[in-house]
Amino acid sequence: MGYISSPDPLPHATSAKIVVAGGFGVGKTTLVGAVSEIPPVNTEAWMTQAAKSVDPLATGTDKSTTTVAMDFGRITLADDLVLYLFGTPGQARFWPMWDDLCRGASGALVLVDTRRLDASFPAVNYFENDSDVPFVVVVNLFDGEQSHDLAAVRDALRLDPAIPLITCDARRRASVVHALTTALTHTMTRAGRTAPAAR
Amino acid sequence: MSGNPWVRPYFVTGGRTRARHRLFVHTLVTVPRFDPGYASRLPPEARSLYERAHAAVQSVAELSAHCGISLGVTRVLLGDMAARDRVVISPESHASPYDPRLLERIIDGLHQLA
Ligand SMILES: Nc1nc2c(ncn2[C@@H]2O[C@H](COP(=O)(O)OP(=O)(O)O)[C@@H](O)[C@H]2O)c(=O)[nH]1
Ligand SMILES: [Mg+2]
Repeated sequence: MGYISSPDPLPHATSAKIVVAGGFGVGKTTLVGAVSEIPPVNTEAWMTQAAKSVDPLATGTDKSTTTVAMDFGRITLADDLVLYLFGTPGQARFWPMWDDLCRGASGALVLVDTRRLDASFPAVNYFENDSDVPFVVVVNLFDGEQSHDLAAVRDALRLDPAIPLITCDARRRASVVHALTTALTHTMTRAGRTAPAAR
Repeated sequence: MSGNPWVRPYFVTGGRTRARHRLFVHTLVTVPRFDPGYASRLPPEARSLYERAHAAVQSVAELSAHCGISLGVTRVLLGDMAARDRVVISPESHASPYDPRLLERIIDGLHQLA
C-alpha cells in the first residue's frame, strides 16, 4: 500500500448529544448535574467579549447569579460511547448558539417551570419552528410545588398532541434518566416515520 | 456581527482519507501519537489543546472549556491539527444521530445508570 501500517490508534469511541433547553431558572443546570459524571462545565470561557453582558434577572426566581452561557455534562455509557448533555443559554441573542448546540443532537428536552411557563415559550417556539431535532417538554416539579395538571400545561403551551409532555424531579437521577429516555424514544418514533411531511 | 463563531458548521478535511468530518460541540478528539517535539513548537493555545486532547478522549466543548479558548478558535486550531494528522476527529459511527441502533444503545446505557 506504500506506507507501513501501524496498529489502529483510534479508540473507536463515539459520542451523542441531548440538548436541555428552557428559560432562566427552570432547572437546566440542576438536571444536567443530576446525571453528569463531571460537575456541569460552565462555558463562560467560550463567550466573546462582545457577547458578554449581564442580563437582568427575571423576577420570581431565586437565582443570585446570571448564567452568561450554557453548561454541559458528560455521561460515559460504555467504553466506546459518551453522551453529552448541553444546557442552552437562555438569552434570545444567543440563538445562533442554539443552532450550533442542536446540530447533530439526538433529541432535546424543553424544561418548564409551571409558575413561569412563559420563560420557556421561546424554547418551545424554537424547537417547533426552527429546529428539526425532536423534542419533549418536561415539567420540573420543584418539590411538588408545581401543578401536576399536564392537560392545562399542554393547553397553555399549545403543544402539538404528538409532543410528549412529562414531569421530572430535576435533582433526582432516576427521574432525569426517565426524561432523557423519553426524549430518545420520541426521537425513534419520529425518525421511524417515513415522510416528515409536516416539517 | 460577522464572524460569529457559533453559526458556521465547521468542516475538517482530515488527513490522508480526505474524509470530511464535522466538528460538533460533542465530537470527540484524540491524539493518536503524542509528539512532545511537535507540542513544544506549537503556539500556546494550540499546544494546550493538543496536550489536553492527549490526556483523555474529550469533546470539542470540553477542550474549549478546559483550555479557556473560545469555541470558534478551538475549532480552527483542531481543524489545522487534524489536517496534519496530529489529532483525530472521531468519525460518527452512525449515519444519523437518530439511528435507532445508536438510540437503543444510549437508552440501555442510561437505564443502567438509574
Ligand atoms: N426545590 C427545587 N429546586 C430546584 C429544582 N430544580 C432546580 N431548582 C433550583 O432552582 C434554581 C434554578 O435552577 P438551575 O438549574 O440553576 O436553572 P437553569 O437556569 O435552568 O440552569 C436553583 O436555585 C436550583 O437549585 C427542583 O427540582 N427542586
Ligand atoms: Mg443554568
